[in-house]
Amino acid sequence: MKESKTKDKEYSQLRAMFSVTRASLRSITRSPSAVVFSIAFPLIFIVVFGFIGGNNISVSVGVHPECDTANEIYSVMKGRPEVKLVRKPLADMDEDLLRGKISAIVRIEKKSDTSNAHLLVHVQTSSASQEGGAIITMLMSHAVDKANLAKNPPPVPEAELRPEQLEGRAFTSIDFILPGMLGFSLLSTGVFGTAFVFYNLRSTLVLKRFFATPIRRPFIVMGEAISRVTFATATSSFIIILGHYAFGFTLIHGLLTFFLMLVLAFLGLFVFMGFGFIVSGVAPNESVIPVLANIITLPQFLMAGTFFPIDVFPSWLQPITKILPLTYLNDAMRKIAFEGVSFFEVWKDLLVLGCWGAVVYVIASRVFKWE
Amino acid sequence: MSTHRKTIISVNDLWKQYGDFTAVKGISFEVHEGEIFGLLGPNGAGKTTTLEIIETLREKSSGEITIDGLNVDHDQNKIKKIIGVQLQAAGYYPNLTLLELLNLFSGLYNVSIDKKHMLSLVGLEDKSKSRYKSLSGGQKQRFSICTTLINNPKIVFLDEPTTGLDPQARRNLWQLIREIRGKGATVVLTTHYMDEAEELCERVAVMDNGRILTMNSPDHLIDELVASGFERKKEVKKANLEDVFLHMTGREWKDE
Repeated sequence: MKESKTKDKEYSQLRAMFSVTRASLRSITRSPSAVVFSIAFPLIFIVVFGFIGGNNISVSVGVHPECDTANEIYSVMKGRPEVKLVRKPLADMDEDLLRGKISAIVRIEKKSDTSNAHLLVHVQTSSASQEGGAIITMLMSHAVDKANLAKNPPPVPEAELRPEQLEGRAFTSIDFILPGMLGFSLLSTGVFGTAFVFYNLRSTLVLKRFFATPIRRPFIVMGEAISRVTFATATSSFIIILGHYAFGFTLIHGLLTFFLMLVLAFLGLFVFMGFGFIVSGVAPNESVIPVLANIITLPQFLMAGTFFPIDVFPSWLQPITKILPLTYLNDAMRKIAFEGVSFFEVWKDLLVLGCWGAVVYVIASRVFKWE
Repeated sequence: MSTHRKTIISVNDLWKQYGDFTAVKGISFEVHEGEIFGLLGPNGAGKTTTLEIIETLREKSSGEITIDGLNVDHDQNKIKKIIGVQLQAAGYYPNLTLLELLNLFSGLYNVSIDKKHMLSLVGLEDKSKSRYKSLSGGQKQRFSICTTLINNPKIVFLDEPTTGLDPQARRNLWQLIREIRGKGATVVLTTHYMDEAEELCERVAVMDNGRILTMNSPDHLIDELVASGFERKKEVKKANLEDVFLHMTGREWKDE
């Protein structure tokens, strides 16, 4: 047996901790589920949404077969860029209307008698597409008014509309989706990754073997935590950079914004890992872990403004969205990336995240099991 | 005949209770420096519990334990530096290669080692780049034993080291254990293979139900038994089936 020198110098917990970090990082990068949830999944969404792009309103309107098209009202409607005209057999369009696939069916009727209005504009909408229907009705109402005014212009108009569209920053889909995907990635890595890893380390007695070495327990946890943070930072950076250069994701202050986002990502991950520690301590067996992890993550994926804004939720659901930590992370991310606010201006978001962090780590320290 | 040697482990009136169940009931024994000491007994006797308490992996209920002058209650980290531990059922990061795992442990012990050499001691140098999860049961066992030597320990604890190994691997491991002792380390092992205890151990303690029934060298115990009038039922041949097996299949490590 070769004599290996055990130097008499002080045992370095840090050296031991970093060898745990290295080993853990290798392990994470070779684990298919970690890679899928942290990178592949978010990337797919970003690519898809990146290609959708644009944030324009679009309303589909069915043109009734008997609709007169040689009138100024029809021209107005046709000229609007938001309106997509659809021509299909009437029965099909009726069904589409009831299903909400088109917002309205328009039939303009030319009347020959002069006692009533010359043009009768029939607009049929349905409750299946209320927003689109409202837009069309307003549009047609405007067109009607314009036609009437053109016929009888008042000598001195009561009011005059002066529209002016500013060249605002185009808030495209990618600007909304990328922070959401980052949040998704961090939540997955933090909860699922940590929960499974510690459960497995404990149950496969890897931890037990560590205890026979001089490393102290907090250093084992820190070693794992650093590895997870490093991995998440790498994947987050990759997502942001790809989103920026390939799809025009807005980094309002460039490199500074990039770093602020990473710092925010770190904070979010830290809170989410606390949830993972709790799950790993509380789960009685391995099959319960995905259940618990999903209970924590799924509501947040759906309701924290990850894929779509929280405004779409009815008012009775809003309070729930307001307590989820991911909501605040996503919100802060978007503000920093797109509006270029500093850290101080998102203090409310940070405060809520911080409170969650405190609560979660207090519970985790009680519940986390070493064997 | 016991030569007066320095005591390196002393266990005094060790008790371990788990609620209503008492796993270890006031046992006492000593291990001498440089010997191979065996803790024998059926499953559930309390051998693993005893071993894990000495290895600082488990809390005792009461008793005194001293290891190389260090107290198991107060000097845990110092003890961990001088012992090597092979656990009965242990895991490692399954996706890592053997070399990477040895890197991990050399960091955990703060030592630098010749990794290839370590692996060759247990016949795994060809598997250095294989992932731990791809090893067979026997190879995993051998790797476990390899990790006990990383910090050049004074005492090596082996918990059922040859369980699950084929005859070639067992023989080669026995040889390795003798070599470890030959370099000056003390070996404490548990086993329920009597032939192993007879082959390797200078002294054994027989445990059952949390108590030590008897403790002496294997020869002594056998002589005592024969002297009490015991006679083996079957006539002993000059060879047994294991000899046949080894003779026919060779003594080299077999790839599983």
